[in-house]
This record gives sequence, structure tokens and C-alpha cells, in this order.
Amino acid sequence: MTKRLLTAALLLSVSVIPAFAAKTSLVVGMPIEPPGLDPTVAAPVAIREVTLANLYEGLVRIDRNGKVQPLLAKSWEVSPDGLTYTFRLQDGVKFHDGTAFDSADVKFAFDRARDPKSTNAQKQIFAPIDTIETPDPATVVIKLKNPSGNFLTYLGWGDAVIVAPETAASNAANPVGTGPFKFKSWTRGDRVELTKNPDYWQKDKVKLDTVTFRFISDAQAQVAALRAGDVDAFPNLGAPELFAEFQKDSRFKAVAGNTEGETVAGMNNAKKPFDDVRVRRALMHAIDRKTLIEGAYSGFGTPIGSFFSPNHPAYVDMTGAVPYDVEKAKALLKEAGHGNGLSITIKAPQMAYASRSAELISAMLAEVGVELKIVPTEFPAKWIEEVFKNKDYDVTIVSHTEPLDIDIFARDSYYFNYKNDTFKQLIADAAKTTDEKARFEKYAQAQKILAEDVPALFLFQLPKLGVWNAKVKGLWENSPIPVNDVTEVSWTE
Amino acid sequence: MTKRSRIRLNSALVVGGILTMLLVVTALVSLVWTPEVPTRVRVVMRLKGPGEVGLLGTDHFGRDVASLLMVGAWNSLAIAWPAVLLGAAIGTAIGCAAAAWKGIADEIAMRVSDVVFAFPAVLSAIMIGALVGSGPLAAILAIAVFNIPVFARVTRGVALQVWTLDYIAAARAIGKHPLRITWEDVMPNIAGALIVQVTIQLALAILTEAGLSYLGLGVRPPNPSWGRMLSDAQTYLSQAPHLAIAPGIAIALSVLGLNLLGDGLRDALDPTLKGRGATA
Repeated sequence: MTKRLLTAALLLSVSVIPAFAAKTSLVVGMPIEPPGLDPTVAAPVAIREVTLANLYEGLVRIDRNGKVQPLLAKSWEVSPDGLTYTFRLQDGVKFHDGTAFDSADVKFAFDRARDPKSTNAQKQIFAPIDTIETPDPATVVIKLKNPSGNFLTYLGWGDAVIVAPETAASNAANPVGTGPFKFKSWTRGDRVELTKNPDYWQKDKVKLDTVTFRFISDAQAQVAALRAGDVDAFPNLGAPELFAEFQKDSRFKAVAGNTEGETVAGMNNAKKPFDDVRVRRALMHAIDRKTLIEGAYSGFGTPIGSFFSPNHPAYVDMTGAVPYDVEKAKALLKEAGHGNGLSITIKAPQMAYASRSAELISAMLAEVGVELKIVPTEFPAKWIEEVFKNKDYDVTIVSHTEPLDIDIFARDSYYFNYKNDTFKQLIADAAKTTDEKARFEKYAQAQKILAEDVPALFLFQLPKLGVWNAKVKGLWENSPIPVNDVTEVSWTE
Repeated sequence: MTKRSRIRLNSALVVGGILTMLLVVTALVSLVWTPEVPTRVRVVMRLKGPGEVGLLGTDHFGRDVASLLMVGAWNSLAIAWPAVLLGAAIGTAIGCAAAAWKGIADEIAMRVSDVVFAFPAVLSAIMIGALVGSGPLAAILAIAVFNIPVFARVTRGVALQVWTLDYIAAARAIGKHPLRITWEDVMPNIAGALIVQVTIQLALAILTEAGLSYLGLGVRPPNPSWGRMLSDAQTYLSQAPHLAIAPGIAIALSVLGLNLLGDGLRDALDPTLKGRGATA
């Protein structure tokens, strides 16, 4: 009897002790350090990866599937004409400095973002706003000048988080939001530390006491830090060639998900010979996306045939539109008058995926008689100056990481120099269409136009190679928006 | 016959000579033949070990490592040679002028070379790259600039000694122009020291070129270079160590060979040993 009791006690202790021992701190590794901690005043993705959903919250949030969910707004109504949005706000929400959150803060935050002097990186979010009214502290009414189909999605981005008038000016160095974690310290060049917000309005959801973001740029060092346990999770591992080893290791969970980064080799559509659609299609026919992904990214990454993220519900697989076909490529080049060969250059940034892809594309184009000279171009400064601003290039290659950015092909001054009025009209219509199904249909048509017209060589979706300790639960496998949301992350055991 | 016996064979000279010969021959052969087309990408055959595919395996794109090394040898020499020769020509001219005119000219030349000497080749490559655009030309110019003060100092040192000798005094006494003295009497007597220096600087230049290419400032892809092979191999170190070992050994052997050759030549050509050399 005593023996049995002892066994029972032992069993009980075995099952109970680990529950007490479950860790409540998390160290997340990131390749790039953010320049500041205010996502409403600057573009870098690293700012959102630290602050969005952890320190700051918006009216809505984008969940791990890319869907819009309520957050600081517990519900909303949209008028039938799509011009009036009425948001009902959560009660009992407080900023980290103790002040209460109400409709005035929403008005302040949005007015600050759309002010002509603001440096907000995504002003198109706020461009359609006509007026913001606050009939009572728990209600915000936003009137638009014209319908904006993606308005709610945009409100979930880091650029539209709610900040308080008292603290907005100093948020870059000392962030104050309404999120589940409070800012504790920032050791420049090393780490940002956050601690649990005891007054958080959804306290029960949060399992972690402290979250530390560590910045490690070198891929080898990232791997070493994970192996040594210095870092618990690397949501975006820098080196795909080292990722496969983690997949075999049971101590880690290694997930290859999708980012919003469409990797494309943009062509200067205004310049000869790229003004000829036959040449553009020929180059696309010459590229074997599967081999490219294998060589440039160790086989991780989804091939794309147009400019849309496979994460998005409106995504259509267009990889079959202009498939890999060497003979067709040669025939098209001959038809366009380049049967005797063609010599062009590619300005390739130094990032591994870009320079490797450039080398592979150069080898593939050589097979169809096109000589592609590689000109290494430092990113961002030199690339922005030469390619993005001056449009002094033939072909270039870069990943476009903003979500839902197909409209860049409709912008006149964008570096592709692409002009297609049908496409432009379609994108403008889509932006104004509030009915989801109709809007997605328009996006599908837009994807098709790009796939057929090939203003850029559509290559692959940059994968999100996440590696974390197998005992960590709740991290995102895909990143429909750039964020490291650790609200519901916990340790099992 | 007498001329030949003046060069004393020593082990450093022999080993260095063989290694250097190997480097030069490999580089030259790569111009007409390599086991595979070095830029040919075969992704299905990527990261194969030595012997599995080709003599030295394949890299992350499935390119043949042996072929890349061979062409890399040529590219390495194609940057190192012109760079050192350019540096040597300018440096020697400055050094000779400093030795011939002394005084303020000497002082200015040496202080300026001190300043140039203070900048490492990598730094000057980045500065020159900003001016002419990064690439082989920038690498050649950077290595040349780095070589100028070296040759200026060496030349000045040995030339100053020569200028104190009696036959120079005689030449001056009959009113020979310093330029002619430099060309006809000084140069032949400092040539040995310069040849030794060129050999040693060539080794350094190969190392610098590899360093610049490693940083992406040298030979442009897809043209192979040892330095870039090393930087590409870095992240594959645990899976395919041969990718780093092969160019590493190639660089080490080339530098060792040229250094030994330089040492051997110095021993063989040292004027103080010359007399004994004939009898040895």
C-alpha cells in the first residue's frame, strides 16, 4: 500500500513538477536591428518585427492566416456605400503609462499619421480618409472620400497602430502602446527586452513574462546561438543551406513558411529590348524556377508566376502561364530579331538570395543565347540611387516584402517603367471595391495580366525559414505581414 | 655557362620555383582547357564531394570545383601581375628619383609614401571602387597603389647605397646626367633586389585579390575567383567542407610558392654572395 502510494506520489510529482518548471521567458533572434521602435514613422520591417502586436496594437489585427480580426476595435460596421466605418472600441484598455485608451487616441494617431509632415511609410492607408469623428469615448466614425477595399486590412499593419498623444513623440526610443508587453530596455547593437504588461486587457492570453529580441546578422552565428540555447527562436533564419540540418534535429522545430516577399527580376520596360513583350516572355521561358529555388535557396520557396503572395486568399497560381521552355525562348528571341544573341546586364544586390539567383539566371539565359553580365550593386544605398531612383539598369533582382503590393506595377514612376492602362484601371477598381469576392476577382485578373505581360521575371516567394526550440508553441509559420507576434507563445512541458 | 653558375640553386628556390611554375601552368592551361565549363550550372549535381563528380567535387550550383580553381588561378594572376607591375614601375621611378636628387624631393617622396602606406589595400580598394566602380579594375588599381610605397622605399634604400660607390662618383665627375646615371649605372645594380621584391609582392597581391573578391570587390561573378569561392563556401562549411578547403589550399600553395621563390632568389642574387656563388 505504501509502495503504491509512493508510486502514485512519484507519478504525480513527475506530472506536476514540469508544469511549474515551464519557462516563461523567450529569446527571439532577428537578423537586423531596428533603427527605432516606432512603426508609424519609418519603413524598416525590423521595427514591426519587434513592436507590432507585442508593444503596440491597432484597431484590428492580422492573424496568422492573413485574416482581419478585431483587436482594439471589438466590432465595426461599414455603410453600404463603403464610405463610413463605425468602430466600437474595447473597454478597459490602458496604455503602458497608465493612461486610458479611448476614441480620442484613435483620432490623434490617424491624424498624426496622415499629417503632411508625417514620415509614415504607408500613407496610402490614410489617403482615402475624409473625416474622423469621435461621438463618444468608445466609438470612432471614419468617413472616406472614396471606397477603399483594403482599408480594414491596412488598419492591421504596423503603420496604423494606436499611439497616445502624451507619448507619441518619444516612442522611437521609449515605446508606449497598449500591447501585452511593456518596453524594458534596449542595448544598442545587441538586444531589446520586453516584460509582461500586468494591466493588459486580455491578460489571460499571455503566458510569457519576458521577451528578448536579439540581433545577430551573421548566419553562422545565428545557428550557433540556436544550438547553444542562447536564442530560443529564429523566425527568419538567414542561411537556407543550414536550415535542413535543423529539420533533422528533433530538439528543434524547423518550418519553411511563406513571407510576403515576391522575388522578381525587374526589367526596365521603357528600355530596348525590354519594351518588346516577346523578349520579356522569352527571358521568362528561359528560366527554370525549380532549379533556381534549389540552387539559390536550397529548395525552399514557392515558385510564382505573377506578383501576388501565395499567403493571400486571392492568390492564383500563374506559374504555368509562361513555363520553362528553352526552345520557345529561342524562337521568341529570333522572332524579336535577337537570333544572333543579346547582351544585357543585371544589377544584383549583395544579399545571398539575390546574388545567387543572378548567377543562376545568367547561366540559364546563356542556354538561350543571352549574355547576362552581373554587376554587383550594394543594397540599399547604391541600388536605391541607381535602380530605384534613376532607373539606370537593364535587369535587377530584389524581393518585394510589403504585403499586397501588386499596385507597384500600376505606379507610373516605379522603377519597372511599366505602363499598362488596363492593368492600372483594374488595380484602381480593385482598391475601391469593398465586396471581397468582387475585389479578389479583380486581383485574379490583375495577376493574369502580369503573368502574360511579364514586366518582371517572376521567380519565387521568399520563404520564411523559422527555427525554434521544439518546446516553444504558438509562433507563426507564415508571415502574412512582417510581425513576430508572441502574445500567445508558451513553453510546453 | 659562367652566367648560369652565378645563380646558386637552393631548396627554397627549387620548391618555390616548382610551385610557382605549377600556378602559372595551371592558369595558362585554363585558357584553353578545363575539365568542365567552369560556369556551367548543374543544380541536380550540387554539393557533391571530391571524386563523386569531377576531381574536386561540385559547389552549391553544381559547378566543377577543379575547373573553377583553374580559371580562378588565371583570374588571380590576371589581377596580381598588372597590379604589381604598375606599382613597381611607379614606385621604382619615385625611389630612383628620391635617391638621385635627395634633399627635399627625397623627403616629400618618402613622407607621401608613408601616408599611402598607412591605408590598407582593402580600404583603398573601397575608395577606388567608389570612384571607378567596384570590379577587376578597382582591384588592380588598389593593389597597385598599395605597392607603390613598398617599391619606392626598397628602390630608394638600395639605390642610395649604389649612389655612394666610386664608379657613380666617377660618372658624376665626368658630368653625366643623373637620369642617365640612374638608367645606365644604378638600375642594373638594383635589379636583383627589385626582382626579389616583385616576387614577394606578387604573393601578397594574390592574397589581397582573394581578400577583395571575398568581400565582393574583385573579379565579378560568374567569373570564378578563389576569394569568392571561399566566401560562397562559408555557409556550406558543415555540409561540404571541400568547397572551402580547395580554394584555401590553392591560395596557400600559391603564396607559399611565390614567397619561397622570392627568398630563394634573394639568396641566389644577393650581391654579397655573388663572388662565392661562382665558386660554390
